[in-house]
Amino acid sequence: MSSPSSILRRPFTQRVLWALFLAFLFLAVPKYSSDYWLNAILIPLLIMSLAGIGLNLLMGYAGQASLGVGAFMAVGAYATYNFLLRFPTLPLPLSLLLGSLVAGVIGLLVGIPSLRIKGFYLLATTLAAQFFIEWIFSQYGWFSNYSTSSSISAPRLEIFSHDLSAPTGRYLLTLSVVTITTFLILRLVRSQTGRSWMAIRDMDTAASVIGISVYAGKLRAFFVSSAVCGLAGALWAFAYLGTVDALSFNLDRSFQVMFIVIIGGLGTIFGNFLGAAFIVLLPFLLQYLAGKWFGGTISAGDLTNLQRAFFGGLIIWFLIKEPKGLSAIVGNVSRFLSRLTASLSLSHKTHP
Amino acid sequence: MNDFDWAFLAETLLGGLLAGVMYSLVAIGFVLIYKASGVFNFAQGSLVLSAALTFVTLRDHGISFLNATLLSLAIMITLAILIERIVLRPLVGKPQITLFMATLGLSFVIEGLSQFFMGAAVHELDLGIIDVPRAFGPIQLSQFDLIAAGIAGTLVIVLSFFFSKTRTGISLRAVAEDPQAALSIGIRLQRLWRIAWAVAGVVSLVAGLLWGSRQGVQFSLTFVVLKALPVLIIGGFTSIEGAIVGGLIVGASDSLAEIYLAPLLGGSVSTWFVYVLAVVFLLFRPSGLFGEKAIERV
Repeated sequence: MSSPSSILRRPFTQRVLWALFLAFLFLAVPKYSSDYWLNAILIPLLIMSLAGIGLNLLMGYAGQASLGVGAFMAVGAYATYNFLLRFPTLPLPLSLLLGSLVAGVIGLLVGIPSLRIKGFYLLATTLAAQFFIEWIFSQYGWFSNYSTSSSISAPRLEIFSHDLSAPTGRYLLTLSVVTITTFLILRLVRSQTGRSWMAIRDMDTAASVIGISVYAGKLRAFFVSSAVCGLAGALWAFAYLGTVDALSFNLDRSFQVMFIVIIGGLGTIFGNFLGAAFIVLLPFLLQYLAGKWFGGTISAGDLTNLQRAFFGGLIIWFLIKEPKGLSAIVGNVSRFLSRLTASLSLSHKTHP
Repeated sequence: MNDFDWAFLAETLLGGLLAGVMYSLVAIGFVLIYKASGVFNFAQGSLVLSAALTFVTLRDHGISFLNATLLSLAIMITLAILIERIVLRPLVGKPQITLFMATLGLSFVIEGLSQFFMGAAVHELDLGIIDVPRAFGPIQLSQFDLIAAGIAGTLVIVLSFFFSKTRTGISLRAVAEDPQAALSIGIRLQRLWRIAWAVAGVVSLVAGLLWGSRQGVQFSLTFVVLKALPVLIIGGFTSIEGAIVGGLIVGASDSLAEIYLAPLLGGSVSTWFVYVLAVVFLLFRPSGLFGEKAIERV
């Protein structure tokens, strides 16, 4: 597999390029980017990529489709909120970690039926989790500290008394969490755990025949996937919205993350960033196009409906034209370019 | 428990069963498509919405009831054929999850376009059925629910006959069993897909009219699909009988839970209760009550 998930094994020059890119993201972007870009595009893009990675572990690597992502994100957000609220001495990174562990444990519980239940039946099981968890958070006030409105504002956002509530701070927090998690996950999918997931995905009966514990593998996948989604949910609430709101983790969110995974490419890590970029940027593009073509002659409701239809059509087109997702397109293009440069340098040598 | 109101319990139960017949109807549309093409059709709900919207819009333009029905039928069948041609045919042989995502995209297209062309406002829909409570001994049932359940029930019976007795129905079952083998004995797969989607379109029209006249034709009609899913899980994705029994179970337990369980938990439970129930069923019957057990070979 020549997917970008093999970054860690790449030659020195490529590592240097990646390091430079990260340095650009950490140093240059917060300095030169406007608050609007950070708030409206980069922060949601990074967080949704993280959620995509979470689901992709489960769906693309372990082969267990899930529509419960929204619920696991909600668990992460509410758990982190409650850790911050009830243990004020706990530093933010630790609360995030604990919140994501809680989400992982809930995911583990939801994953328990996965040994007996498969395919679309399992998909429906995760829907049960989605609806049930959403209901619990909006029904019982304890989770939101008996706030009168359905959404509660997030508490302080600081690390070692560095205030992170400005857009730059929230961006850097998100970027750090996403970078660290991505690197850990890249290691994980190349480890024995990751390989056993792929064996289970390709055929679980065969995997069990060669001595892989299918049950443990599936449960591990549910745990890690939900923990990552929970982390994304906590960031979504704290670093993006600034409020914890059960409504922002509804079924639509689960669908959105699933779209990211499919558009980016199942069984890839890098693809999730492409998919998230697509999902986050598309509304801006549609808005721009609509303004250009219709220029205010169309009502907002009609515009939403047209956008919805266009988005759906685009999804179908994508599935038909490139079912392996954006990461496959990027892979093809980069292979084409490297072949091109190779043949150019070759012709250069033969005809001096 | 002396003052337990048994008549009220029976009323709740029967009301739930009547609603359940309508769930069965939507679920059968699902089952047909799943059996014919292995597609988990998430667009079923948006088909219900667009069918009802089409009918209401035609009626608003002064077209008679009969003509509006026929025209909507024609439109739904055309839509079915278009879906088969544009969306499904290029995706033959792709993984099931890809097909599922395609129907998800399809539901966005149908919902967006039908609301764009026909408006997103709530439309009144009058089928001419007067809704008065009717007393059967101590039990009161809504006349509308009875008639609606009657219509849905008739359609359910007709469809299960169509499925088990006609040539087309039997070939559908052959395709479900093994598409390759079915093709090799000369069954025309694409024709069958068109038929399955057309029938699903017809079912959507009936469901859309019945539901729409009760709660108004609006976007929330698409949520019918979320009620039909547990029906499928309980009954099994591949069984018409399962869809019927599952629909009744879901309808009854939904209304019972809403009356007796919701007050204990302090809020409406209707979004999740039937789903949790369905999971409990699944733990004992992993392919639903009537679903086919997949035999796994390495």
